[in-house]
Amino acid sequence: MTSPDKVVIVGAGQAGLQTAEALRGMGYAGAITLLGAERCGPYHRPPLSKSWLAGEIAAEQLAMRSPDALERKGIALRTDAQAIGIDIGKRLVRLADGGALSYDALVLATGASPRMLDIPGRDATGVLALRSMEDAQAIAQRMALCAESNRPMVVVGGGFIGLEVAATARKKRIAVTVLEAAPRLLGRVLAPTLSEWYAQLHRWHGVNLVLNARIAAFETGADGQVCGVQMNDGTLLPAGLVIVGVGVQANDGLARAAGLACDRGIVVDACARTSNPYIFAAGDCTARSTSEGTLLRLESVQNAVEQGKSAAAAVMGQERPFAAAPWFWSDQYDIKLQIAGLSTGADRWETRGEPDSGSFSVYHYCGDRLLAVDSINDAREHLQARKRLDGEGT
Amino acid sequence: MTTITYVEAHGQAVTVDVADGWSLMQGAVANGVEGILGECGGSCACATCHCYVDEARIGELPPPANNELDMLEDAAAPRRSNSRLACQVKVHSAMAGLIVHLPDRQQ
Repeated sequence: MTSPDKVVIVGAGQAGLQTAEALRGMGYAGAITLLGAERCGPYHRPPLSKSWLAGEIAAEQLAMRSPDALERKGIALRTDAQAIGIDIGKRLVRLADGGALSYDALVLATGASPRMLDIPGRDATGVLALRSMEDAQAIAQRMALCAESNRPMVVVGGGFIGLEVAATARKKRIAVTVLEAAPRLLGRVLAPTLSEWYAQLHRWHGVNLVLNARIAAFETGADGQVCGVQMNDGTLLPAGLVIVGVGVQANDGLARAAGLACDRGIVVDACARTSNPYIFAAGDCTARSTSEGTLLRLESVQNAVEQGKSAAAAVMGQERPFAAAPWFWSDQYDIKLQIAGLSTGADRWETRGEPDSGSFSVYHYCGDRLLAVDSINDAREHLQARKRLDGEGT
Repeated sequence: MTTITYVEAHGQAVTVDVADGWSLMQGAVANGVEGILGECGGSCACATCHCYVDEARIGELPPPANNELDMLEDAAAPRRSNSRLACQVKVHSAMAGLIVHLPDRQQ
């Protein structure tokens, strides 16, 4: 494709903004329209479950760019603008307000949405998931009510989001139960020893942690408000707030309806190209095909940033494959976890440093091959692991 | 509001008013200052908001915590005695007029 005149980006999150700015950084001089479904412009999501929810920073401090800064870069941000369809033949994006935008190149950065549980009571007031600023505000309000009225809350799902919210709630002295369906916490990402370490950490901070948990229903009061969680074994856990953190699904509906290849996400190559030559995709909405022929779904800031840069390059007709080692982090209490690499398939683990000291790392191996490193309050080890994994071409 | 001047890698100086309690990183990214990324949103997790604080005034800032020092160790641009992660430095009125230099790379 020759350099397009009009680029439309659907989704004003990290990946969408990154694509827009990378285009300008590469000297693209045409029109860029950044469509955001939310009322506000791009903001940092990671602090929502941590410092923002804890009340340590204000919403304004999450802003990634002020409207002025975007204007100076010639990026036309349209908020409250929901894309509802793509006309592939006419190269048009249709909007919920009845309007349409034509494009020469389209970038889908539509993100992902929380999965909900299909059990009775799922629509009760006070059963909430955390993804957006609006979600976080609803949770903060409800947490304040719980704190005031001394009511407990229940977190469904012992993944990053659930555990971060649980840790933040404990800072506010709210009684918290975490329900995890698997036999261990963060089972898909952490080494078994670290799952146990995190279980102890949360219990030590007063979290009532239930592993192998089976939930039957969310109990709803006459007022439509959630009042508890009914377990399969008959236990009823009272709750003034239930957080559901059981993973996300890619927002690939627009792409799917337009006939693009999708498989639990919009299928892209290493350069963020979709199955349509005029459409690119970046961030949590994608499933990237790897050199091994598998599809990789990554939900992370790094993935959004790097794929955004790849998408911008691809729009400009350049190849910028993204193959860096993935990395993630999580803050719980005063513990920073940093993960480099993907541990799937690990059969051997090595601990470096002394867990009792509160600063150590766990290395995941498959045979002799290093797959990933989990570091606890051990930033130096994490950064070195990233370099090593990048060097090995993982 | 406290006035902070960010000097981008190619020499362009950008002076902005940063609300008290905001970090140097938040003040820079919100205003679109070039050369600062802050990918992690201010968690001291990514080392992409590395900056060099005016040497004459570095002593006025509270010293970096251990995790910040560890992250700085492996920042993309060379670490100097006045290196800080901008997300870990909170702005307050006594910092008025502070000059912050940005490196030529963050990754």
